[in-house]
Amino acid sequence: MNEMIRVEDVSMMFNMSSERIDNIKEYVIRLLKKQLMFEEFWALKNISFELCRGESLGIIGLNGSGKSTLLKLVAGVLKPTRGRVVTNGCIAPLIELGAGFDDDLSAEENVYLNGAILGYSREYMREKYAEIIRFAELEGFTKIPLKNYSSGMKARLGFAIATMNTPDILILDEVLAVGDYKFQEKSFFRIQEILSSGATVLFVSHSAEQVTKICKKALWLEGGETKMFGAAKDVCRAYGGA
Amino acid sequence: MISEIKLRIGIFKKYKNLLGNLVSRDIKVRYRRSVLGMLWTVLNPLLMMIVITVVFSTLFKQNIDHFPIYYLSGSLIFSFCSETTSNALYAIIGNASLMKKVYIPKYLFPLSKVLSGLVNLGFSMIAMFGVMLLMKVEFKLSLLLLPIPVFYVFLFSTGLGLLLAAVTVFFRDIAHFYGVFVLAWTYFTPIFYPVTILPESAMKIMRINPMYHYVQYMRTLVLEGVFPGIRENIICLFIALGMLGMGTCIFYRKQDKFVLYV
Repeated sequence: MNEMIRVEDVSMMFNMSSERIDNIKEYVIRLLKKQLMFEEFWALKNISFELCRGESLGIIGLNGSGKSTLLKLVAGVLKPTRGRVVTNGCIAPLIELGAGFDDDLSAEENVYLNGAILGYSREYMREKYAEIIRFAELEGFTKIPLKNYSSGMKARLGFAIATMNTPDILILDEVLAVGDYKFQEKSFFRIQEILSSGATVLFVSHSAEQVTKICKKALWLEGGETKMFGAAKDVCRAYGGA
Repeated sequence: MISEIKLRIGIFKKYKNLLGNLVSRDIKVRYRRSVLGMLWTVLNPLLMMIVITVVFSTLFKQNIDHFPIYYLSGSLIFSFCSETTSNALYAIIGNASLMKKVYIPKYLFPLSKVLSGLVNLGFSMIAMFGVMLLMKVEFKLSLLLLPIPVFYVFLFSTGLGLLLAAVTVFFRDIAHFYGVFVLAWTYFTPIFYPVTILPESAMKIMRINPMYHYVQYMRTLVLEGVFPGIRENIICLFIALGMLGMGTCIFYRKQDKFVLYV
């Protein structure tokens, strides 16, 4: 069993007061008043877990319990204030679809740009290009600038690019509700496919039902702290009963 | 330490394609919907040169041989630095939405701005060579050494760009201030006047202006046709590496906080 994700005693602090300072005048005033480091907000406190290849973890909790922050830490977007996050292998972050789409460029150019953002080579993207467009059902629209696309079309394209490769680690942030009913079914099927290929999955949801369907383990966050960690069935039952 | 460097090189290789994409997007977006497109990179310095030449040859009666070339050789290298650093300044805050969603090595953004400026500079050089042909200025062998000052200014601009990009995240005032600063810098660099008109006291300050050294270096190659000498090379390289070191150091130490402030 090789370890894919290790989260070691991770805490994340946001400084709420300094978040609003972005000019020198304010900075100097606060510095003089010694108000620079007040209003600490700990979004996550002492979270630890490990995941091996092929394991899947569901993260549940109410709004503002730190779920998305935890995903961003694993994806490497944020750096923890304390503790360590170690990941092995390539990560497909489906935190927000179509990150870095440029509205002025055509769909074709955006496929290559988005692929580059995810760290794929141009040759690899060229190989996968036809498959992506077919999956997103956008044949015949590839030369149009993205600003003329509907939001559904954009989301489909984003999903197609993010999932074209079978990643080692898949990070899902409630993105299953993409596009119309038909496309939702298709995207759910694709995620199942990635799951069965042995990828490690992190899945965030409000819905305990979805978590039990996809994941084996579950982590219940409340106010940034681990409320419960264990088999998905038990945690979800407790969460549902709470 | 060595494994750390190896890791960084590996990451850079992975995102090399992205860097190329960012650069080509920069260039594409800039000339989108203009009839002449990329031709503007050549036309722009030419038109500027005509304006400056007309103004300064009638207003101030300065006797500089081949004034258009004198102006172009200085202005091209100066605007390479000023434009790329002004763009790099917005590189981090402008890509905020992207940085919040996926992990990307952050230095790629300012670096891509400097690289696209480098491509621009290449095209603008064509304009300069064209004018040289037209004015029957001799093409000296020293022109082959042009990549050296360009390389120095590239390092310098990258350093300054990284520094500005990082600092602007925390203090947006810098963006407003830098525009004024660049204007002052333009006048304080001998681009359309000869340094000889300056009093000795001003020359003392001039020597700490990095762009003064680079502009003079360019002109020595283009107009005088000689290699500027070891001492001048050491000064130029030293300034460039110093700025690169400082920029990289500050950027590297602050980059984990960018996401929280943009």
